Amino acid sequence: MKGFDLLAILLNPEFSRMLVHGLGMTLVIALCSWLLAMTLALLLLTLRLTPSALAQRAVAGYISYHRNVPTLVQLMLWYFGISSLLPGNLQGWLSEHSGEALFSIVALGLCQAAYFSEDLRSGLRSIPDGQAEAARALGHGFVGSMRHVLMPQAIRNAVPALVNHSVSLFKNSSLAMAIGVVELTHAVKEIESQTFRAFESYLVATLVYLAISLLIMAAGAWLGRRYSVAGAR
Amino acid sequence: MAFVLDLYAILRDNWLLLLIGSYPNGPLGGIVCTLILSVLGIVLAFPLSVLMALARLSSNRLLNWPATAVVYVVRGVPLLMVILWVYFLVPVLIGRNVSGFTTMLCTLVIYEGAYLSEVVRAGILALPRGQMEAARALGHSYLGAMWSVILPQALYNMLPSMLSQFVSTIKETTLGYVINVQELTFAANQINNQLLTKPFHVFFILAISYFVVCWSLTQLAQWLERRIASKRRGVVAKPGTKARAAALQAQLDH
Repeated sequence: MKGFDLLAILLNPEFSRMLVHGLGMTLVIALCSWLLAMTLALLLLTLRLTPSALAQRAVAGYISYHRNVPTLVQLMLWYFGISSLLPGNLQGWLSEHSGEALFSIVALGLCQAAYFSEDLRSGLRSIPDGQAEAARALGHGFVGSMRHVLMPQAIRNAVPALVNHSVSLFKNSSLAMAIGVVELTHAVKEIESQTFRAFESYLVATLVYLAISLLIMAAGAWLGRRYSVAGAR
Repeated sequence: MAFVLDLYAILRDNWLLLLIGSYPNGPLGGIVCTLILSVLGIVLAFPLSVLMALARLSSNRLLNWPATAVVYVVRGVPLLMVILWVYFLVPVLIGRNVSGFTTMLCTLVIYEGAYLSEVVRAGILALPRGQMEAARALGHSYLGAMWSVILPQALYNMLPSMLSQFVSTIKETTLGYVINVQELTFAANQINNQLLTKPFHVFFILAISYFVVCWSLTQLAQWLERRIASKRRGVVAKPGTKARAAALQAQLDH
């Protein structure tokens, strides 16, 4: 074993470039799939609130599937399975334009949407019925009472759970490595196999992951304090 | 229809590989390996998690700070990074190579130990304070009260959450694929590499297999939760502790 030397990795132009690119890819995947997940979660929540029993059951099935199948398997199903069903020219285009990153964004986004929509739903459920009734009595329509009265409170209640699931989405972006996306974990494994400095390279990645996760948790705690309303539940 | 026939053909030719891997001629694999790995993982993580929960609740900084640090590190680092660390560190520490199975087991014990300790802690905090005070007043020491009064109630109430944590563990064993543990995901990839032409079918079967196992356990957890809730209906927790436990629980559902 060689002596501990962090700078051998950080100051090497090639390795530092790999690290920066890897981190960039990790952040791109995490951010894009977060946006996809949140959009989809609101859509799922809306569908679930409609009176249609069919829509409600479909959403419940969607959520159950995504919560009971491992994320890695969902990634593999998209990348190996569903990609093979696409028309040939689209497959060619995807393999030239880093389709693995696209598929991991889609898979992670769809998966996390299930968790986000459950968080929002339980946030909504914790609001007393009187709130909705009062909003309707004041003349708001369904959309208006959602937009101005219920959702602001529901999101506030859901913040802790949403933050935790955002952290796990960020952590799950590392799974994209298994389908060949060159993100942070992939980059440090590559550096490790070139330098045999496992300790140093893993340490860099671990610290980066930890720093970003703690940042998300801290931002969530700040949001919770900033928007908490005295006496609200 | 052709799709269902193809599924049937793949299952007929490969069900043994999916179930036990290439067992008599190789290591035990497939879904059996997945289940052994997750059961061993959660069983070994459990005592660790109780100790960590007690350390986190302790007012002694020497116990409190390291346990808190471990929980935050585990919550902030991807499981894949923990696997890489264990894969690298365990052979260095014990001086010989270990199998992928052992590596994955160590990883799960560390990872689940930290998450489970949060479950146990939430269970302890959810009990009314009077329980501890009454036990102390009856002459129990702090640890004695913990052992014979607090923990039995807390752990019983937390059974559904622990079962959910077990489902998470099953889902996490899939990452063993990355270090060539021959569990279910590995077996499916083996089949896919043999067939080459039917990736959607193979991974569909894989997803459904996990779904069946995890969904049944989730249903069991929900049933258990209803049962425990109805048993406890007589016991009233203080309003503040209930809200706190609910907030903690929300954090745990990851």
